[in-house]
Amino acid sequence: MIEIKDLHKSYKMGSNSLHVLKGINFSVKEGDFVSIMGSSGSGKSTLLNILGILDEADKGEYWLDGVLIKNLNEKVAARYRNKFLGFIFQSFNLINYKTALENVSLPLYYQGVKSKERTEKAMHYLDKVGLASWSHHTPNELSGGQKQRVAIARALASDPKVLLADEPTGALDSKTSYEVMEIIQNINDEGKTIIVVTHEHDIAQMTKRIVHLKDGLVTDDTAVNQIRASAYV
Amino acid sequence: MFSLDRWQEIFQTLSKNKLRAFLTGLSVSSGIFILVILLGVSRGMQNGIEKEFQQDAVTEVEVWTGTTTVGYKGMNPGRRVQLENEDFEYTTQKFGDQIDSKSGYFGRWGAIINYKKENGSYEFAGVHPDFQKVENATIISGRFINASDIEGNDKVAVIGNRVKLDLFKDKDPIGEYINISKVPFKVVGVYTDPGGEREETRVYLPLTTAQRVFNGKNQLRMLSFTIKPAATFDEAVQNAAFLSDGLEKSLKQRHLVSPDDTSGIRVFDTLEEAKRIYDLLSYIDLFFWIVGICTIIAGVVGVGNIMLIVVKERTKEIGIRKAIGAQPMSIIGMILQEAVFVTFVAGFFGLFGGLLLLEVVGPQIQSDFFANPEVDMNVALSTIVILIIAGALAGFFPAYRAAKIKPIIALRDE
Repeated sequence: MIEIKDLHKSYKMGSNSLHVLKGINFSVKEGDFVSIMGSSGSGKSTLLNILGILDEADKGEYWLDGVLIKNLNEKVAARYRNKFLGFIFQSFNLINYKTALENVSLPLYYQGVKSKERTEKAMHYLDKVGLASWSHHTPNELSGGQKQRVAIARALASDPKVLLADEPTGALDSKTSYEVMEIIQNINDEGKTIIVVTHEHDIAQMTKRIVHLKDGLVTDDTAVNQIRASAYV
Repeated sequence: MFSLDRWQEIFQTLSKNKLRAFLTGLSVSSGIFILVILLGVSRGMQNGIEKEFQQDAVTEVEVWTGTTTVGYKGMNPGRRVQLENEDFEYTTQKFGDQIDSKSGYFGRWGAIINYKKENGSYEFAGVHPDFQKVENATIISGRFINASDIEGNDKVAVIGNRVKLDLFKDKDPIGEYINISKVPFKVVGVYTDPGGEREETRVYLPLTTAQRVFNGKNQLRMLSFTIKPAATFDEAVQNAAFLSDGLEKSLKQRHLVSPDDTSGIRVFDTLEEAKRIYDLLSYIDLFFWIVGICTIIAGVVGVGNIMLIVVKERTKEIGIRKAIGAQPMSIIGMILQEAVFVTFVAGFFGLFGGLLLLEVVGPQIQSDFFANPEVDMNVALSTIVILIIAGALAGFFPAYRAAKIKPIIALRDE
């Protein structure tokens, strides 16, 4: 599903440049559930941004579902993001003045789905994260866990190939974190490929594979015995 | 552009910021408001001046004489040129096919006129029956000078309304006798003139009578003509110029006045004057348009500024939208449509307010050079077109900036 070869990325910081990714090789099969770990500055967020086509690598190849992601213009990048990827952010990134339902239907709106079908699909995914009864509330009427669940529903709405989660539990307490992870595990069980960036070990243990990043290089890539989040709840 | 969802988005964002939307709109509203008022005033001036011109028939051509300034064919300069009845007959015959109405004029200013004990100093003028048309005078009671008065040298007079009010008060003057320089004349009519009081202080007599009674022999002070009606204003201007040219040439020839002389024989062409004023008016109109459009530009720049702030504020939201698949065009469309919508609605209120004010206050204004300020449909439509263009301009740069937002930077922005 994802194939990365010798990926380099550096940022210009004034006069000197900062080499963040120094040749990452890494692949993800369909249905995999990978966590990327590393201390801050290890390049894990940069890697996720490149995976999410929000940023572009300087060197190396990135294949997503058999498509080479290179030199895309804004329009094509937007289309690929919409078609292939679903995002879950640490700070949820919901649009505050829109209801949960409207937030979830937004990716479908950009896909050009008709209004009625959009609402139906959005309701379906909201139901899936257990928030059907909260569909007409705006984000500031929801708790942190609920907001993240809306964000998950939004990420799922466009039926993407890969779900990218950047510290999805970073802003949540541990009980809520486990609830959110349980939902993400269930989604993976249904066959969706998921990549999670986290620095929490207990969260990483709930995935199927942990990739350690240090100073812009993969230092460790091991399969783990998945711990079900439901065991904690 | 016309998708329901897009409109929903716009109303959602606008209602989120009612005060800001209102203030933004206000700057556009006032711009359009001022433009409409200015254009209304300009039209009012135009109407007012048109009304001023109605005091005489607009198509009038007058011939006056004076003293020559240039020697010609053995004649010395400083010679007084005198028009005579023969000139009138000659010109009316020669230019008959161009002339609509015609009249000679023999008169005197400051004649003492009295009716019983009431008296005053007025101008009297011997004229032909056509003079009524030349002067655009309207008979209130009785009649104007007619052909049989001229033929019979009748001692009859048609007095202006002012004269009637001065001498007769409320009394009916028809059939009464007034004395002009002690010569009795019978009043046969009263007239009013759109030129106002000054033009109503005249007393008209049959030309022949006036010449005979006041020792005028066959002298004329002035010849007045109106040209035949033309299809368009420009054509009328042309015809009038042609006639005045012909009159000047042939009369100069008759009286041995040099073609270069400017004061021996003078021809006034009111249309030429009118055209000059209309040209001036169109400059004033142009000036008002420029001022009005500058005001709108100020308003539109305001909208543009606010939209820039809006884009700045919504950077993160735009980043989110892009991350989940919004294409640059849809972001541009969103911002652009909002800007156009705000300017259009606000501008419409400005337009409506301006029209309302003109409608209510316009008729109250009483002035010689101002009447019926109004804005016609074409102008209203063109301001609306201007608004749409202005709104699009105001929205374009902020929208372009929004489209350039990189989602990764926007999302980092906490």
